[in-house]
Amino acid sequence: MTELAWGAEAWSEVRASLDRCIKCTVCETACPVAAVTELFPGPKTVGPQAERFRTGGQSPDLSVDYCSGCGICSRVCPQDVRIAELNSRARSELKRERGAPLRDQLVARPGLLGRAGRPVAPLFNWAMANSLIRWAGERTIGIHRKAPVPRSTTRTFSYWVGHHVGTRSARRVVYFHGCSTQWYEPHVGQKVTAILEHNGYQVVIPKQDCCGLPLQSNGLFPAARKAVTRLARQLVPDGTSDLPVIASSTSCGLMLKREAREILGADSPELRSVSQRTYDIFEFLLELHQRGELRTDFKPVPLTVAYHAPCQQQNQLIGKPALEILRLIPGLRLVELDRSCCGIAGTYGVKREKYEIAMRVGEPLFADIQAEGPDLVACDSETCRWQISAATGATSVHPLEILHRAYGGS
Amino acid sequence: MGTDAVVLGAGTAGMVAALRLAAAGASVLVLAEGEGGLPLAPAQIDVLGYRPQLILDPLGELGGFLESRPDHPYRLIEAEEVGASLEWFLELSAPLGYTGSPHLNRLQPTALGALRPTCLVPETMAAGDLSGGGSVLVVGLRGFRDFHAPLLAENLSLAHPPSGAEVRARSVEVSLLGDPRDLRPQLLARRLEERPVLAELGREIRSRLEQEELVGMPAVLGLERSHEAWQRLQELVGRPVFEIPTPPPSQPGQRLQQHLFRALRRLGGEVRLGVRATGYRRAGDRLMAVRVVTAAREVEIPADHFVLATGGIGTGGITAGADGELREEVFGARVSRGGAPDQPLVEYMATQPLDRLGVEVDQEQRPLGAGGEPLFQNLWAAGAALAGAEPWREKSGEGISLATGYRAARLAGGARA
Repeated sequence: MTELAWGAEAWSEVRASLDRCIKCTVCETACPVAAVTELFPGPKTVGPQAERFRTGGQSPDLSVDYCSGCGICSRVCPQDVRIAELNSRARSELKRERGAPLRDQLVARPGLLGRAGRPVAPLFNWAMANSLIRWAGERTIGIHRKAPVPRSTTRTFSYWVGHHVGTRSARRVVYFHGCSTQWYEPHVGQKVTAILEHNGYQVVIPKQDCCGLPLQSNGLFPAARKAVTRLARQLVPDGTSDLPVIASSTSCGLMLKREAREILGADSPELRSVSQRTYDIFEFLLELHQRGELRTDFKPVPLTVAYHAPCQQQNQLIGKPALEILRLIPGLRLVELDRSCCGIAGTYGVKREKYEIAMRVGEPLFADIQAEGPDLVACDSETCRWQISAATGATSVHPLEILHRAYGGS
Repeated sequence: MGTDAVVLGAGTAGMVAALRLAAAGASVLVLAEGEGGLPLAPAQIDVLGYRPQLILDPLGELGGFLESRPDHPYRLIEAEEVGASLEWFLELSAPLGYTGSPHLNRLQPTALGALRPTCLVPETMAAGDLSGGGSVLVVGLRGFRDFHAPLLAENLSLAHPPSGAEVRARSVEVSLLGDPRDLRPQLLARRLEERPVLAELGREIRSRLEQEELVGMPAVLGLERSHEAWQRLQELVGRPVFEIPTPPPSQPGQRLQQHLFRALRRLGGEVRLGVRATGYRRAGDRLMAVRVVTAAREVEIPADHFVLATGGIGTGGITAGADGELREEVFGARVSRGGAPDQPLVEYMATQPLDRLGVEVDQEQRPLGAGGEPLFQNLWAAGAALAGAEPWREKSGEGISLATGYRAARLAGGARA
């Protein structure tokens, strides 16, 4: 079996991968950002090429900050150069040298915003929909006035967990729900729990904080390392050290699976253990189905659903298991959207100077959605769902919400 | 449920095998460490160009060529099946307007202005066959540094097609998009899909065009809407326009790749990129599964049939150790020099020891193990993974990939039935 490297070894493997770059430019052809703006010269240029000049704590130029971190370059590279990972680290160096603006510090901490918004959710939601306030927000802190923001909720997911009487079973899983389920979309977590319980699992839901992904993508590595190491500890409550860890936020799942190791160079015994036990919810369900253990007592769902596989889901290298499961549902007309990126890339597209770029990146996807006119758009990543809805007006859901409906949920 | 066929490699050979299998009803999964050569290559389909003298009828001269090259991959395939694979490709790639005949090589200008024999080209290059001579206006775009119109035109005027006809060429340089210092091809291709930008280009060209001239453009006329961009530009200038391949990255190559990927998706197949194959599981003489690394762990992907299309030493399908040991990376198949010499030659352009490197196969394209027996009953090799070819010298790369990918799918399909 191939053993994955951790800690300093993982870090140096990523750095050494740049020597495999043969300058073939495949990454530049696939980069969705370089295709729409002259401000980003392309993943090869800012990555394997510029990396050689990043010595002695000096960044040769600032353009790496225009990398959205979608990770497509690493996926298409035929030489396995860890381009996106190198660029993510280069951005963090840049932030270390020059400091990160307050705006980046803010959007990197969804828990902070979630906690602040929750007690005054109606007011918060009103403010976020108020164009004057959004205009002021753009001018003062640099969050684009049209950027998609989630709606806050007064009842968090952990509140629901506290009142939920779960089923007991010998078959158990740990559920890693992530910040968006906690603060903005508790219904996603409720449906994940229902689906897993319907399939005979007891769902262990420990108290958990942010995985550090937004901190990482904003270049704030020390804080991100701390966050993911803390989360890994939280995800190993007593007697669960061999259970599958199910993630429904696909980008946060990828943080545990790989990015903590390859980008942050984080390492702890709990992180190693949790990382290799982490499953995307549909990856887990598909494995159940392949073993003949998935319940398929589906009711027809007479809807047209367009599915977009987000970048961070694709970067898990597991194909599109959501599609394979949804295909089992009778009556459902499923359209696979064949586009790479919606542009938002977590917090990238909410920033004043990057909003237009993100919208141009997503344009082909938005056009396909509008041409198709589906009842729902399904997408595994929350920030992509918010971007898609804001850009197209379409209602977007996590694909597991379709599955939940097929199981008879409302 | 389950996968009928796993294809390793997403280049031309892998995609052809995958498409043929999927069209025959198999569920197909293409696994690749990254994208293959498609987005870099000119998207012209070479079949056979030199033996070493120029070849005009590739299919017709195949037999003669093989007499001097008994180790060549074409030995595995009847000329008829090579032709069938090319006809199939013409049909498949009709939306890109591919044109040409397996019995007639065209002579198309390269990025440096040489005339190069090739067989099938997309519609955007069709007018660039200068076998019968012609007068060409080569259009450069200021700031696009990968295309040197004056050099190209000067070399092109020195070209002598065998017909004896004359090729004349001159160049102009056009400023577009506010004359930026560095125009990257990706961005350029997208912008040239916009009508106002194209109109500006059309006006500039038309004002400098002389009667009877053909217009040769760097191959950046659009990506998704290249047909419209190319057709519109022809209308604007009132003369035939053709694209000339650029150094990588290649827009025509990306168009072809997108087309093949989408065609496979329509047939229910999947291309999974970023996946490194690290091993396999065997049962008797059958390959049961390949092992790949996902983001978090190694997993097994079982299938009934497998195609090895990971390419040669240029793409990492075959590696050379510091000690000179040559290794096929996934299965450890036997590697052959394909008739190339054992020792390096002093003559720079001569065939060197690693030039024809590839895996050794039996008559059925099954890679061999150390003992000379097929490694598995259900693994077939195709494309640049096969030993014996020098595609850059003989201009045979796409033809080999098409024909052997096509045949690998037939052999796997036969095993299915």
